[in-house]
Amino acid sequence: MPPAESSLKNSIAIRTENLCRHYRMGDALIRAVDGISVQVAPGEFVALLGTSGSGKSSLLNLVAGLDRPTSGTVVVQKSDLAKLSRAELAKYRLHTVGMVFQSFNLIPSMNLLENVELPLRFAEVDRDKREGLARQALDRVGLSARLRHRPTELSGGEQQRASLARALINQPQFLLADEPTGNLDSQTGKEIMNFIREFNETLGMTIIMVTHERTLAERYASRMIFLADGKLVGDQSNVVSSASGQIHGGGL
Amino acid sequence: MKTYDMAELAVRNLRESILRNSLTTVGISVGVASLVAMLSLGIGLQQLAGRRLQKSGLFDTVVVTSRRDLRGFNREQEENGPAPAESPALNESARQQIAQLPNVLEAYPDIRFVTELRYEDKPYLTMMAGLPFSAKNNDAFDGMQGSFFSSDTAPEVILQKSFAAQLLGKTPKAGSEEERVTELAKPLLGKQLTMKYAERTATPATDTAGKEEASSANSGGGNNPAGTGYSVVSREATLKIVGVCDLDPDSMRGQARARIFLPLKLAQNLHVIQPSDLRDTTNMANGTPAYTTVEVHVKSPTQVQAVEDAIKKMGFNTFSIVDATRSLRQFFAVLDLFLGIFGSLALAVASIGIINTLVMAILERRREIGIMKAIGASDGDVKGLFFAEAGVMGIFGGFVGVALGWAIGRVINLGTNVYLKRQHFPPEQIWFVPWWLVLGAIAFAIVVSLLSGLYPASRAARLDPVQALRYE
Repeated sequence: MPPAESSLKNSIAIRTENLCRHYRMGDALIRAVDGISVQVAPGEFVALLGTSGSGKSSLLNLVAGLDRPTSGTVVVQKSDLAKLSRAELAKYRLHTVGMVFQSFNLIPSMNLLENVELPLRFAEVDRDKREGLARQALDRVGLSARLRHRPTELSGGEQQRASLARALINQPQFLLADEPTGNLDSQTGKEIMNFIREFNETLGMTIIMVTHERTLAERYASRMIFLADGKLVGDQSNVVSSASGQIHGGGL
Repeated sequence: MKTYDMAELAVRNLRESILRNSLTTVGISVGVASLVAMLSLGIGLQQLAGRRLQKSGLFDTVVVTSRRDLRGFNREQEENGPAPAESPALNESARQQIAQLPNVLEAYPDIRFVTELRYEDKPYLTMMAGLPFSAKNNDAFDGMQGSFFSSDTAPEVILQKSFAAQLLGKTPKAGSEEERVTELAKPLLGKQLTMKYAERTATPATDTAGKEEASSANSGGGNNPAGTGYSVVSREATLKIVGVCDLDPDSMRGQARARIFLPLKLAQNLHVIQPSDLRDTTNMANGTPAYTTVEVHVKSPTQVQAVEDAIKKMGFNTFSIVDATRSLRQFFAVLDLFLGIFGSLALAVASIGIINTLVMAILERRREIGIMKAIGASDGDVKGLFFAEAGVMGIFGGFVGVALGWAIGRVINLGTNVYLKRQHFPPEQIWFVPWWLVLGAIAFAIVVSLLSGLYPASRAARLDPVQALRYE
């Protein structure tokens, strides 16, 4: 088990109870998330696994406060997201969680510095502080030479690193990643995963990562949650050697 | 998000699709420009009419006559008021009383008489009038050559243009161009005129020549002046020509009926016999002259009615044409309204352009909105951003539009003046952009733009981030 988890073993960072998110699509009712109850401790590196349409992204969106549950509760750091107002939810997304996406989702009209700076604008951080913080964040992911480039001028790996920098800029406790390596080749994917693991280990961030690659999950995650048809079908912890990424054991 | 950041982001977003946003801004500009051009023309025309009316001196003037003067302007008044014989005399003390009334700028007697003038040994018979010194600042004397009287008692005269032409032996032919005032003034300024006039003196004297001249101007000539407390003496005075004015002798302005003017105080001091003297002989043996008419200048046309009522209470007849200004102002208010509506219509079309541009921008930038929300933008941030974009377009559109409208007005003015010049009229300012119109038009453009941004902005704010991010 990673050291972060053992020290905070008894506290709960994320807790869902009978969480449901149903859509209506024409006449059909889509049960994207269907009664999931799960608890995540601070500092955990959770991989959400499942085939496409299993509801893993929908679950992530609920935890991210981008979507609201149809029923059930999702409590993050003692605040029930369903009960937050739209403005409070926006604040939650701004300060508590950082998100990275499969398609990077950088704003194409802005250069990297401006993209990374954007959450600071929403947080009303002073102008003269913003650039320094953004530079620092980009430096951390090794992009200090690319500050004035626009996303389209960069490789996929560089774009994803920039989006990691953006996710970190407001120092959230949670990093929510939706297939962060899905659009990258395996070598670049590895780079990104190493950054995520570093955030988990050195910053103590709680990571929830959606992926459909079991090997990736096994190599990096401390816990694997399996979903199918919106239901939880498996939950197992995973011992990872931080240096090599080798699997040491399984359980449950 | 801070307002400054919002504005900065808005400007950079607008620059991203520069062509479309420029076209939208041009749309606003054209709307504002048409509004400004229309209203500035309306205001300009109103001011032109106002200036013309001011020149006529009609609308802030009350003409006071005694009820004893049965030639009064308003018959109805004479029938309803006290009998003429019992009404007060319009003399110096009455004039002073009138001058003390609130909102009265000045009240001066209308002194005019027909007299003989000699210029270079040729006699001319003409109507002379006293001109108050306050007329110096009156724009009725715009375009006058020479100068105004040096003082209220100086032995100086100002000639009316046509009389100047007569003195020079130039008779204007029908259809031919009028003589220019400058040409007429040159040989006359500084020259001397000799005036023969009849002085009214309290001491008995006999001078039938002066009396005859005086009575020639008297329309109530049936009275018998014999056996009165005053006598008439023939006198001569030398006067210097100091100015030639462009005043139209046929306009309704009181003084304009005369063809030569002398300072009012001087005219009063000369005690030239007045037409009213003949009637007043019956009850005025004390030597205080009565005036035929007293002209009262009121501070503004709006107060004319009140002053008129006050003077009527004193027992005099009054006359003004204030009602004419009221309907004129009403006409211009309606004209301005219509011009404004036409101008606003263009702005309304422009505001639809803004709505269209911003709604298109939302469709195009759905993903961007989704990203911003995912990384922590609140509904207010997104709304504010779109709102700011509309506002920035409004500001630019407003400024460019005002400049454009100003230019259009100027061109119209220029064109009109070219036309006027061809028709041999003096140039006129028919276009006027007051500062409140500049500020008002810019403010209006911003308000209209913000209102147009209201719907797109709230639509953008309501966008569901999950769906927006799914949208490719």
